[in-house]
Amino acid sequence: MQTSEQTSRRNFIKIAAAAGGGLFLGFNWSNSSALPVVVDAQKVAAGLVNFNSYLSIGTDNVITIISPNPEIGQGIKTAFPMVVAEELDADWKQVKTVQGNLDTGIYERQVTGGSGAVPHSWERLRKAGATARYLLVEAAAAQWSVPASECTTENGKVLHRTSGKSLSYGELAEAASKMPAPAEVKLKKESDFKLIGQSVRNVDNNNIATGKPLFGLDVYREGMLFAMIQRPKAFGLKLKSVQKEAVKSMPGIVDVVTFDNSVAVVGKSTWQVKKAKDALKIEYEKEAELESSADHNRIFQQLMENGEATVRRKNGDVETAFKNAAKVIKSEYQCPFLPHSPLEPMNFFAHVREDGVELIGPTQTPERARTEVAKLTGIAPEKITVEITRQGGGFGRRLAADFVLEAANVSKLVKAPVKVIWTREDDMTGGIYRPAVRYRFEAALDKSGELIGYKLRGVGMNSGNSTREDNFPSGSVENLLIDSVEYKSPITTGPWRAPITNFLAYAEQSFLDEVAEAAGKDPVEFRLALLEKAKKSPVGDIKYDVDRMIGVVKLAAEKSKWGKKKGVYQGFSVYFSHRSYVAQVGEVVMEKGKPVLKNVIAAVDCGIVINKSGSLQQVRGGVVDGLGHAMYGNMTFKDGAPDQRNFNGFRLIRMNEIPEVDVHFVDNGISPTGLGEPALPPAGGAVANAFYKATKQRLRNQPFINEEAFKGIS
Amino acid sequence: MASFKLTINNRAYDADVEKDTPLLWVLRDNLGLVGTKYGCGIAQCGACTVHLDGKAVRSCVLPVSAVGKAKVTTIEGLSEKGDHPVQKAWDEVDVAQCGYCQAGQIMTAAALLKENPKPSDEEIVSTMSGNICRCGTYHRIREAVKVAASKTN
Ligand code: FES
Ligand code: FES
Repeated sequence: MQTSEQTSRRNFIKIAAAAGGGLFLGFNWSNSSALPVVVDAQKVAAGLVNFNSYLSIGTDNVITIISPNPEIGQGIKTAFPMVVAEELDADWKQVKTVQGNLDTGIYERQVTGGSGAVPHSWERLRKAGATARYLLVEAAAAQWSVPASECTTENGKVLHRTSGKSLSYGELAEAASKMPAPAEVKLKKESDFKLIGQSVRNVDNNNIATGKPLFGLDVYREGMLFAMIQRPKAFGLKLKSVQKEAVKSMPGIVDVVTFDNSVAVVGKSTWQVKKAKDALKIEYEKEAELESSADHNRIFQQLMENGEATVRRKNGDVETAFKNAAKVIKSEYQCPFLPHSPLEPMNFFAHVREDGVELIGPTQTPERARTEVAKLTGIAPEKITVEITRQGGGFGRRLAADFVLEAANVSKLVKAPVKVIWTREDDMTGGIYRPAVRYRFEAALDKSGELIGYKLRGVGMNSGNSTREDNFPSGSVENLLIDSVEYKSPITTGPWRAPITNFLAYAEQSFLDEVAEAAGKDPVEFRLALLEKAKKSPVGDIKYDVDRMIGVVKLAAEKSKWGKKKGVYQGFSVYFSHRSYVAQVGEVVMEKGKPVLKNVIAAVDCGIVINKSGSLQQVRGGVVDGLGHAMYGNMTFKDGAPDQRNFNGFRLIRMNEIPEVDVHFVDNGISPTGLGEPALPPAGGAVANAFYKATKQRLRNQPFINEEAFKGIS
Repeated sequence: MASFKLTINNRAYDADVEKDTPLLWVLRDNLGLVGTKYGCGIAQCGACTVHLDGKAVRSCVLPVSAVGKAKVTTIEGLSEKGDHPVQKAWDEVDVAQCGYCQAGQIMTAAALLKENPKPSDEEIVSTMSGNICRCGTYHRIREAVKVAASKTN
C-alpha cells in the first residue's frame, strides 16, 4: 500500500473527506495503472492537495462526475460519466455531470478530436468508479462487522443480503473517505454491465430545450466589449492601411485596432460592431498568388502527371503487374475545399490583465489555446485559465486557436474583457478549410479477374500525405504503389471531421466498385475475397483488423438483404478509420424517372457501445454529414476569395433530403473505440455506388449535384 | 438610439438601441435572453426562430422597430417549467447533439403544432426543412415533432 505523497503525486488516486462531509475521489485521468494513495484529509482542508479532478459523493447522495473533454455534440459529457457510474453501481438518477476546465496537472489529452477520447479514457474511468465502489463496500462492511465479500452493491446502495441491511452511498461517503484505498481494483465483467449499452439521454437536454446559456456565444461579462474582425477578403492579400477614424465615430464603437493582417472593431454591442465593420475602408496588397478554382483544376492535372511524388507504400512490383495485366482500370476523383460550418460560428472571450488571462469559450483544444496565448502575451501558462463551454459543433474547426488568439490580441490592445464574434460570412470565408484533393486510381486485373496491381496517387492542397496508405485494400494486393504530391496553396486548410478519409474513402470505395464491375464480380464478394486474401496471405503490414472488417461487411450485406431487393439499386462501401469499422449500403429507387436515395444501412463495429442513444446519433449524424457534403458541399474561389459566403450560397443538407438511416452495431465486447467520425467516410461511396447502379453514371467529383447524372435534378 | 417597449414572454422590457437592430441581438445583448441563437443572420438556418404573436419568425432579420405591439415568445418563455409538449418530446426522443440549433427547431415545431396540431409527415418535413441542423439530427427532430403531436390535443 502506498501512503506517501512524495511518490509522484501525479500518478495516484487520491481520497479524502470533502469539506462538507462526503467522499472525494480525486483520480488521475492520465495514468490508467494508477496506484491509489490515501491523502490526509486535513491537508486537503488546508488546501495542500489539489482536487480539481474528482468524482465526489456527497452526504446528500449526489454523485458528481467531472467530464474533462470538450463537448461538441459527440456526447462525451454523457458517455464518460456513464462509464464511471457503471463501475460504481450508482443510480444514474443520483449522478450530476460537470464540464471540467483545463487542468493539465490532472487531465491528459483534454482534446476533442480524432475520435480518441473514449479509447483513451475507458480504463481510467472504470477504475475511478471501481475504486470508489470498493471503498464504500469496505466502509459498510466495517460498520456492520461483516466481511466485505458478503456485501454487494446496487443502485447507489451497499447491501448485506443475509442480514437485510443496506446503506446508501451518501450515508457511507464520509466513512468511505477514511478507508485505505486498494492497490488494485477488480473491474466488472462486460456481461455484468447494466448502464453501459443502454440508451441514456443527453445530460444537457433540459438546458438545451429551455435556452440556458451554455455556449461560447452566450458568454457575457460585466464590462465586456464586443469585437468583430475584418480579415483579408482573399487568400494572398495582406493589410496595407485602414481608415479608422470614420468608423470610430460610429455609435457604440470604442476602438478600432489592428494586429497581424486583421482590423478589429470594438464596441458595445454585436450589431454596432457589425455595422462598423461593414463600413471599414481597408486597402490590401498582394503577398501571394490569388488563386481561383480554375487554377486549382489546372494545378491538379499538372501535378498528377509531373508532380514530385513521395512514396507512401510499396509492395511487390507494380510496373510488371500492369504490363502483364489483361485489363487496366484507371479513374480520377476530385473534391473541392469545404468550410466546417459549425452552427455556432467561431467566437471566444478573453480578458488579458497584467497578472493573468481569463479565457472562456468553445475550443476542441484548450491546452493549445493556453499555450498560444501564453506565447502571445508573455504571461506564464499557470496564470492563464481556460473555461470550456459547450460547443455548437466543431467538426475540426475548433482544433485551431486562431480565434482564441484574436480575442487575446484585442483584449490586450484595448485593455478590457472582450468577446470576439465571427459572423457566418466570417466563418465561411475565414479559411482553415477541408483541402481540395484529387486522386488517381489504377487497377490491374489478370485474365480471371484477380486484382494483381493497384496504384493510388493523391494530389493534395496543404494536405501533407493525402493518402492513408495502410488502409484496405493495402495488405490484400500483391503489387501496390501509393504516393502523394503536395501543393502549397495560400488558402488555409486544416482537419475536417475524419481528415483525409472524409473524401478518400468515397473515392476508393467508388473505384473498387468500378474494379469489381470490370472483373465481373459482385462488389461485396469482391471485397470479401480481397479480405480473405489479406487474412490468409497478407502483403506487407496490415494495420486494420481483417476479421472485424469482414464482420461489418457481412453484417451490412445481411441487414440490407444485399442483391435481393427488387426495384432497389444498392451500393456498397466499407471503411476503417479512427479505430472503428463501418460498412454501409446505400439504396436508390427510381421515382418519376429520377434517382432518389431512400435508405442507408450501416453496420458498425466500434467495440462496446457505451450509450446506445448517443451512438445511434453519431452514426446517423455522420451519415447525414457525409452524404450532405458529398451531395451539395461546394466551395469555389475567384481571385483568392471564396464565392460562397453564407448558407444561401453554400448548401447544407436539410430534412427533406435525408434518407432513412438504419444502424446495426456489432456486439463483440471489445474495448470501445471512437464514433464521432468513423460513420462519415463510407457514406459518400455507398451512395455514389447506388446512384451508379440506378443511372449507370459514375460520380467522380464532389459535389454530386454538379455531376452529369444530376443535371436537371435539384 | 431609440427606446423600444417590448412584450417578451409576457413581461415588459425596455431597450435603448438603434432602430435597425435585429430583434435577435436585442434579445441577446440587451435583454440577456441568450436562448435564441445566431447561425447565419440572413434567414437561412432558423437558429434564431422566435414567435411573434404565436407565429414563427426569424429574429435575425426582424428589426426591433418592426416588432411594435406584437407579443414575442422566446425559448425561455415557451413554457414556465420547460414542460411544453415539444420540449418534453425533445428530451424523450433525445434529439440534441451539440444542441445549438435546437432552440430554433423547438420554436419552429411549437408554432407548427399550434397552427396545425396534427400535421402530416409531409407537413412536418416541409416546415422543419427550413431549419438547419449541422449535426444532422433530422431523423429525431422529425420523430420528436410526431411524439409532441401525439401528446397535444
Ligand atoms: S440566424 Fe436567423 S435564420 Fe439563421
Ligand atoms: S444539434 Fe448541432 S446543429 Fe443541431
